[in-house]
This record gives sequence, C-alpha cells and structure tokens, in this order.
Amino acid sequence: MINKQYKLTSPYVIEAFHNSINSNTSNVIVRPEKLSICKADIRYYCGMRDTKVLKQRLPLALIHEAAGIVLHDPQKNYQPGDTVILLPNIPGKDDNYDENYRLDSQFRSSKADGFMQEMISVPSSQVIPYKNIKGSSAAIVEFVSVGIHAVTSYLKRKKRTPQKVAVWGDGALGYVISCLLKYFMPDVHLTVLGVNKTKLELFQFANNRLTVDELEITGCFDDVFECVGGQASGNAINQMIDTIMPEGIITLLGVSEESVPVNTRMLLEKGLTLLGRSRSTREDFEKTIEIMEANQKFASRIGMLISEEIDINDINDIHKAFQLSKIVDYKLVLNWKI
Amino acid sequence: MVIAGIVAGGVGARMGQNIIPKQFLEISGKPIVIHTIEKFLVSPSINYVIVGVHNEWHHLMIDLLEKFLPGETRVLLTAGGSNRNGTIQNIINKAKNEYEVDENTIFVTHDAVRPFVSLKIIEENVNAAKQYGICDTVCVATDTIIQSDNNEFITDIPVRDTMYQGQTPQSFKLGLFDEVYNNMTKEELEIVTDACKMFFLRGHKVYLVEGDVTNFKITYSFDLKVAGTMLGEKINDK
Repeated sequence: MINKQYKLTSPYVIEAFHNSINSNTSNVIVRPEKLSICKADIRYYCGMRDTKVLKQRLPLALIHEAAGIVLHDPQKNYQPGDTVILLPNIPGKDDNYDENYRLDSQFRSSKADGFMQEMISVPSSQVIPYKNIKGSSAAIVEFVSVGIHAVTSYLKRKKRTPQKVAVWGDGALGYVISCLLKYFMPDVHLTVLGVNKTKLELFQFANNRLTVDELEITGCFDDVFECVGGQASGNAINQMIDTIMPEGIITLLGVSEESVPVNTRMLLEKGLTLLGRSRSTREDFEKTIEIMEANQKFASRIGMLISEEIDINDINDIHKAFQLSKIVDYKLVLNWKI
Repeated sequence: MVIAGIVAGGVGARMGQNIIPKQFLEISGKPIVIHTIEKFLVSPSINYVIVGVHNEWHHLMIDLLEKFLPGETRVLLTAGGSNRNGTIQNIINKAKNEYEVDENTIFVTHDAVRPFVSLKIIEENVNAAKQYGICDTVCVATDTIIQSDNNEFITDIPVRDTMYQGQTPQSFKLGLFDEVYNNMTKEELEIVTDACKMFFLRGHKVYLVEGDVTNFKITYSFDLKVAGTMLGEKINDK
C-alpha cells in the first residue's frame, strides 16, 4: 500500500513523499500517534548542521521519539490497536558493542527516515508494547530511555557510593537525569545547576538548586552529569572539573556541534573519567516502560516535562510545531493526525 | 460495523492502449487495486473489504489476492454492475448475504484507482458517516470550472470559491442507502451513477470531508506515470 512520508528537503522546507509498504512481510505496521521533537530535529530543521551532512542526509523524515498503534502484524504477536513505542535505532551487526554505538547502526531522523510518516513498517524487534503509560507521556519514552541509558551506565561504572551528585542543565534532559538519579539513589544529595531560576522551580525534588554563578565551593560533588550541550557545555565541563572530587565521573550528555575546550590539566590531576553517553538500547526502553508503568510518582514527575501539545493535520501544522518547539520550556508533543 | 466497498468494476476504456483495466496495472511492483485494498485492510475502523470487479476480470482478481494477500479472510469479491451505483448495490448485497449488517452499518465506498487515499481521509469518512449519515470526499477546485451544454460554447463559469472536485471515498449508513436506492426509478438509476448525487437528489444533506490532491484517480496513462514517479519510479520515455 502507499504510505505518505513528510521529509525535510532543505532547512525550513517539508514536503510530502510517498513510498510503497508491503503488508505481506513479517514486519509490523504501526501508525505513529504521539510524537515529540528533539533538539537534534530542530538542528536539522533550522539548518544548524554542517552543510555536507545536510546535503548527504536530506530529504529526511524527522523525529525519532514516537508512540503509535499497531495496524497490522502478520506474525500475530500484536493485535490491531495495540499501543507500542517505536524504537529509533536500527541496530548494526557488530554485537561487540551496545546497539546504539555500533558504527553500522542507523538512527532514525539521522541516517534513516524518522517517524513523520503516515505509517511505518518495522521488524517486531523495533517496537515495544506498553499499556499503562498515561496521556501523552508515551511520546517521551525514548527521551527518558536516553536518561536511563546514561544513569544505568554510570551506576555500573561508579567505584563508590556517591554522597553528593550534581546535574548541570535546567532543560528537559537535566530534568530527566535528575528524576532518574533520585529514582535509583533516593538518598543521594542532588544539586541541580541551571541558568533559568524559573525553570529550576520544577526541580523541587532536588536537595539544592543553584544558578551556575552561585556555585563557588570546590571539590564538593562525587560525580556529575552534563546536560547543557552547545557551546555553553565547555564552560559547564570546566566548572565540573573544578568542583568534582578526585576520581569522579563526569557523564556527558549534551550535544555540541563545535569542539569545546576542556581543562585537561585539572582533569588529569584529579584522575577524572569522562563518560560519553548517547541514545539508548532496547533494554533501556524496556526498563523505562517498566518504571513508568509501575511507579506513578515517577511517571507523573516525568509527565511534567510535556509543556504543550499540538494537533498535526497538515504540513503547516508541522511547521508550527517546529517553531513552537524552539520556545517551549521542555517537550512538545505532536498529536499526529495527518 | 464498517465495510469498505472497493469499486473496481471499470474496464479501462479511458486508459488508451491498455487492454487490462487500469486498476490491475502495477505501480511500484504491485497492482493499483492491491495497494488500495491493503490501505483499507490496515485502517483501524474497517472490518471488511468487498471488491466489486467486472465478471471478465474476476479470476484475475482472485489470482492477485492469492498472490499479494494470501490467507486474508477479510476480503470478499462480488460482480461489478453496469455503472458505479450498480457495483455499490452488488457490494451491499454481498455484505447482506455474508455479514450481520444493519441500518447503521457504514459503507465506505472507494475507487480502486485512487491508491493514494490516506488513513486520515478514511477515518474522517467513517466519523462523518457516523455523525451525519452520508459524506463525500472533496478537494477545493483550483482550476476554473467551465460549463458547456453543447460542447462548443461556454454556457456558464461558476464562481470557483464554491466549487469542489469530487473524490472518493463516499460513505453512508446502509439504512439511508436502502431507503434512497429503492426509491429511485430505473431511468434515474441509469442517469445517476454517483451515490452522493442520489442522496442529494432525494433531499439528504451530504457532509463534505476534505480530500487531498494526491488522492487522485488514475484515469489516463499520464496519471499512471505521475503515480509511478511519486513512488520513485524512473520514467522510461526513450
């Protein structure tokens, strides 16, 4: 059957494309219903990527955060109407590495088309069922799973039980990481550092909330998390290096298009570990769904991340959504009706 | 219950040199009618699909279903009629014989040769038929419509702002169809080949569902090339 895809053809230009989907394969056919825009999508949309990358990858259907309903599953593992989370990672074959780091893996809305499509045909390994995630929170499961991936990676690597941890970043990612740190380590003393006092109000569950210029104490955190990204992440990382205890772990999550300078002298002197984490695995998704379904307190805290919702009925609505996503505090959910 | 009625009764007279009716021609490696049937089969609100096919092509249709949709039990075939409404009547009769339909059963009737129909259009048809009883899918007219009663000179140029181009699906509740269809004279049925016109003539309000320019009817060879190009096929014009 014929499927409609909505692809970015050049910055700020989205056009409809068509492709043929075969219902007679082993793939599950899913209709995306709730989507969420990531900062990476905004960078593509606004042309804030290297021109070579844009030339190579466009036209590209954006968005890699999505939940949908099953329309058809020839293998009958799913019934029509079942709700599923769509996994954006198309794993490569080299299983010496986690699937999100394999060089031959493809990620949707990056090297492969994302979920801005009428339907999507995927192997059943690329969907995960869910039942009890309320409202539109299903749209941000992928986003939370990235946090799960980072925090669980950190927990596996930490040498000691931390007393004090800190998160740099008052945005959506900083919020998720902070929620997860409190979930996995309820007794840890959590400091959140940001630049926007109003945004910091949301982090009421943290033990301490500071703007970055208020931080003067040195050597006070066992481990820290960078959720800043962009050029500002350079300053944030150096502030972390200054304030972290020896042999601490700095988990990096923010994406920066340009290289940022890092104080390597102090990094070496303190024997610090930089842990880069990005995207997530199927296991991370499963863990995310399990936690969001079982723990209502955590789920409602995560639900606070949804700043606004918008109905998408045509391409103009997609443009509105991208413009809106640039100004909302946290996450925008797209009710995909197109 | 919601039943999709796929009107594939045509014999391809307008297609030019092709002998095989247009609904059986392939785009992207698959016959047009199969693309269309698949879309209705995966639509969440559609329970069954009944295809009205001209008797001459009945066996080809069976072959295609076996090849492209093996084991699919939700598709039935029936004979095409002498015109569009005749095919729809056959589809309805087939549904009455095979399924437990009632006056509120909704029929979503669609041209087999409009494979680009979207899930959104299908869902909006079902919802509109549930709420208003009857609906037609239309697109705002972009070309000026010219009327000529004698095929030589203009007799009217209607105001374009009020003009729409009819597409399909056309959807309705069975009870309303039975009431109107049984009330039409034989002469009327020969002239009125369109279900929505039939409802309109009998004073029923027909709700408009917004269509899409891509939901076009593959009528001419040109349309077939356009459809292929939209799906990434390369045109071989050498």
